[in-house]
Amino acid sequence: MLLTNKTALELGKLIRAGEVSCVEAVSEFLDVIKEKEPEINAFITVCEEQELKKKALEVQKGIKTGELTSPLAGVPVAIKDNICTKDVRTTCASKILADFVPAYTATAVRRLEEAGAIVIGKTNMDEFAMGSTTETSFFGAVKNPHDITRVPGGSSGGSAAAVAACEVPAALGSDTGGSIRQPAAYCGVTGMKPTYGTVSRYGLIAYGSSLDQIGPIARDVADCAAILETISGKDKKDSTSLNRTDSDFTSALKTDVSDLKIGIPSEYFEEGIEADIKGNVLAAAESFRAMGARTEFFELGLTKYAVPAYYIIASAEASSNLSRFDGVKYGYRTKDYKDLHQMYKKTRSEGFGAEVKRRIMLGTFVLSSGYYDAYYMKALRTKALIKQSFDKAFEKYDIILGPAAPGPAPKLGSSLSDPLKMYLADIYTVSANLAGLPAVSLPCGKDSEGLPVGMMLTGNRFNDKAVIRAAYAYEQARD
Amino acid sequence: MKNYETVIGLEVHVELATKTKIFCGCSTSFGGDPNTHTCPVCTGMPGSLPVLNKKVVDHAIAVGLAANCEINRSCRFDRKNYFYPDNPQDYQISQLYEPICQNGHVDIDVDGKRKSIRIHEIHMEEDAGKLIHDEAENMSLVDYNRAGVPLIEIVSEPDMRSAEEVIAYLQKLRTIIRYLGASDCKLQEGSMRADVNLSVREAGTEKLGTRTEMKNLNSFKAIARAISNERQRQIDIIEAGGRVIQETRRWDDTKEESFSMRSKEDAQDYRYFPDPDLPGIFISREWIDEIKASEPEFKDEKKRRYVSQYGIPEEDADIITDSKHMADIFEETARLCGQPKKAANWLMVDTIRILKELSKEPEDITFAPENLAKLIKLTEAGTINSSVAKEVFEKVFADNIDPEKYVKENGLAQENDESALREAVQKVIDDNPKSVADYRGGKEKAIGFLVGQTMKAMQGKANPGIVTGLLKELL
Amino acid sequence: MATKIDDDMIEYVSILAKLELEGEARAQARSDMEKMIEFADMLNEIDTEDTDPAVQVIDMENVFRDDTVTNGDNREDMLANAPAKKNGQYMVPRTF
Repeated sequence: MLLTNKTALELGKLIRAGEVSCVEAVSEFLDVIKEKEPEINAFITVCEEQELKKKALEVQKGIKTGELTSPLAGVPVAIKDNICTKDVRTTCASKILADFVPAYTATAVRRLEEAGAIVIGKTNMDEFAMGSTTETSFFGAVKNPHDITRVPGGSSGGSAAAVAACEVPAALGSDTGGSIRQPAAYCGVTGMKPTYGTVSRYGLIAYGSSLDQIGPIARDVADCAAILETISGKDKKDSTSLNRTDSDFTSALKTDVSDLKIGIPSEYFEEGIEADIKGNVLAAAESFRAMGARTEFFELGLTKYAVPAYYIIASAEASSNLSRFDGVKYGYRTKDYKDLHQMYKKTRSEGFGAEVKRRIMLGTFVLSSGYYDAYYMKALRTKALIKQSFDKAFEKYDIILGPAAPGPAPKLGSSLSDPLKMYLADIYTVSANLAGLPAVSLPCGKDSEGLPVGMMLTGNRFNDKAVIRAAYAYEQARD
Repeated sequence: MKNYETVIGLEVHVELATKTKIFCGCSTSFGGDPNTHTCPVCTGMPGSLPVLNKKVVDHAIAVGLAANCEINRSCRFDRKNYFYPDNPQDYQISQLYEPICQNGHVDIDVDGKRKSIRIHEIHMEEDAGKLIHDEAENMSLVDYNRAGVPLIEIVSEPDMRSAEEVIAYLQKLRTIIRYLGASDCKLQEGSMRADVNLSVREAGTEKLGTRTEMKNLNSFKAIARAISNERQRQIDIIEAGGRVIQETRRWDDTKEESFSMRSKEDAQDYRYFPDPDLPGIFISREWIDEIKASEPEFKDEKKRRYVSQYGIPEEDADIITDSKHMADIFEETARLCGQPKKAANWLMVDTIRILKELSKEPEDITFAPENLAKLIKLTEAGTINSSVAKEVFEKVFADNIDPEKYVKENGLAQENDESALREAVQKVIDDNPKSVADYRGGKEKAIGFLVGQTMKAMQGKANPGIVTGLLKELL
Repeated sequence: MATKIDDDMIEYVSILAKLELEGEARAQARSDMEKMIEFADMLNEIDTEDTDPAVQVIDMENVFRDDTVTNGDNREDMLANAPAKKNGQYMVPRTF
């Protein structure tokens, strides 16, 4: 039986039914990884085979004794390399953390492991999750499994590519401005960023703390819901994590959307969007209508201000979050220095890549004396207005439908030369982070070149279930 | 030379007496080996996050109320960004935009005059780690045991004009905070630290001069010396036609001078912004009321009560109430033995003498009031005489022994039995014919020697009154 | 009200950020920053006068821990990644 094209839930079911052993599952995925990695480069670290098999046997025992009952028990998963895993190197795809081995495991990963999921490796990403292409990694670019001359998107490009290449059935990513949803769209897989606070950030190496959320990337909506259900929940180690009583996300896997009102921001389709994307996304809207949902174009407002507000806020927080990488406690330290300040400067200048330095500089500037009000505060006020415009939209609609990205996956090497242009492509995704909203990106067809096109469904804060339901219903109708 | 006025404001950091750090469950206790009280949070490990210790907020509110501050109903934490190895995240979590307390004041008494010192704000923040120099390597070593210990910073308005006022203000704060049990406030150990903001201006003028901030002041004496030195340094600059530069200076108390801490690499631009990892704090009326209700009786009130209730002199009451710990021992001892004046006396005289000899503070007293009360009762009952009592008190102070048990075990009870003493007195009379002759010859003082000899023979345990009576009778 | 990004500004920001930007890198940083700031200035088109800054978008407050010691001695783990250490301490260039 070919296991590597199964979804996580399908595989989990086979394992629990005793039709497949955990060791077999792990071995099959390791074989695919061995075969495809030289080309795709989705992983920074693949866990040691013997260790994995040992873990698989333990899980198998747990399933047998009835200790492990989760639908994810025995399922191999990959973890984005900005999420800490005890005793497994966690690099953020940066030279500065190239040899960093955490002393603890992130809460989200711990919850997956407690459910019996087996962490098979750590996925490649844009350095410190800063980028939209996974080309800024110190460990080399990731290739899009649909077309290896193209990027997989970013920053969770490794997680999305690994799922798309069947190297793993599901993975965790992190999303600060679209870093789960956009690569999921480029790689033709499904990715979800939940409401801010749904998943503990403890152990997620921070980029923009007020925007960062961990979420699943998988082959379908049901897998995403099952993983989210497993990793969510109040964590006493993360003050911003929510105590939600409605985290039974799999209960939202229903195909009835006749009560849903779906708003489509007309400005999303006006300029900058490629015709193939527009066509596929609007066709998806048509499918919703066919299923009985009400759809309507409306003016969301302030859309073009989301990207500059996002870059100011994310960079400001990043400039502070990344200060700790200073050569004192962990990570890279420069070889030659004559005093403390030179040690700091050389360590950081040699340890960080160009994009990270660019954002640290911008973030430092917008917080500096004399510019704080004009830029940082201005961005926070803009964020408040953007949140208000979504609040208003959600008075009328349950779901906002739009594209995940204005075009398909770009060619490798075509984006980094003009950062601003690259930033502008985040236009559809960053608002969900600014307003703390749940959003899922799922495939809705292919463009004329056969590249995957992703649609994005966004819900109101705490209404993750509406997003899951809409996505699931579309997926069932599509397949 | 013109007449100059010194204008001083203080930033006082106080380490709060919590069991754990402000944002993690590491112990705050002193004396552990370096870095043994650390975790991912207080070493700034990637991915770690802060969670606020509620007790810190309780203490901050209590100090704010005691210092007559407004408690801000909502407040939050900000990040203060700067690079230094003692600062593990390279930002300190502090409060700038919305501090917990504002607009308070405390009253001080200097030269018989009462003066109000305004408090601009009180905010909560985390302490830094400790750096020590390693000669062998010519490097510095970092210990994060203190990193993340909770602090409050009490920022005064520039309302002080002399070292005396500064010290009175610090003493006042210290007394209040110790009464609240919010900190032990030890300058030498760094649990209370004062940074002095000082400027000078021509007497009679309104406009403030350029101020400097002085750090590393570890005693009241150092504070006084630094103030006098900085005042003169600024006056010298102005008199020479120069301008004082606004900067932070470090006081070296052995050299008795200060040094500029400015360097090109230390731009003082902390880029404060609200910490996204910590949700806001809302302080309800009920929370404030609850803390208000648990406020102790403060010094001034307690002092007045001691004078009226126990009839002890005001100066004594003043000294005893300087420390809540000592005041508590006093009241409990008085209650147990029913002898407030005796209790006050043991504290005022013997306790304070021993504390001075050991360079300790009233806070360091470890004996139980029960044991002092027992000692007073033993003395009053005549079970032990006063010189034995002093000896026993030393043991009570040092080891908190039970005086009753101790007196019994060591056979220190006073001999009050006349017939038993008569024998000893007779022997002394027989052995000291010269003194006996002197006394009989009219030298009244000679009896003192004979009493002493009897006490010696009885190993100090004889009742001196009875001995004197017996001597007079037998002679 | 365009903000002027000059070399002094880049120098100042790089001191704050502890980044060494020399020659080409500095020129690049200046040009990148100019573009980004010009882009950010777009926000001046919107009136935010009466809008409070959104520090957090999820309403939550008073998230506390009890004052109970939960951590033991983690020294070995904490120091395991240190680039330089001695006697259980992190070793850094002299600060005195």
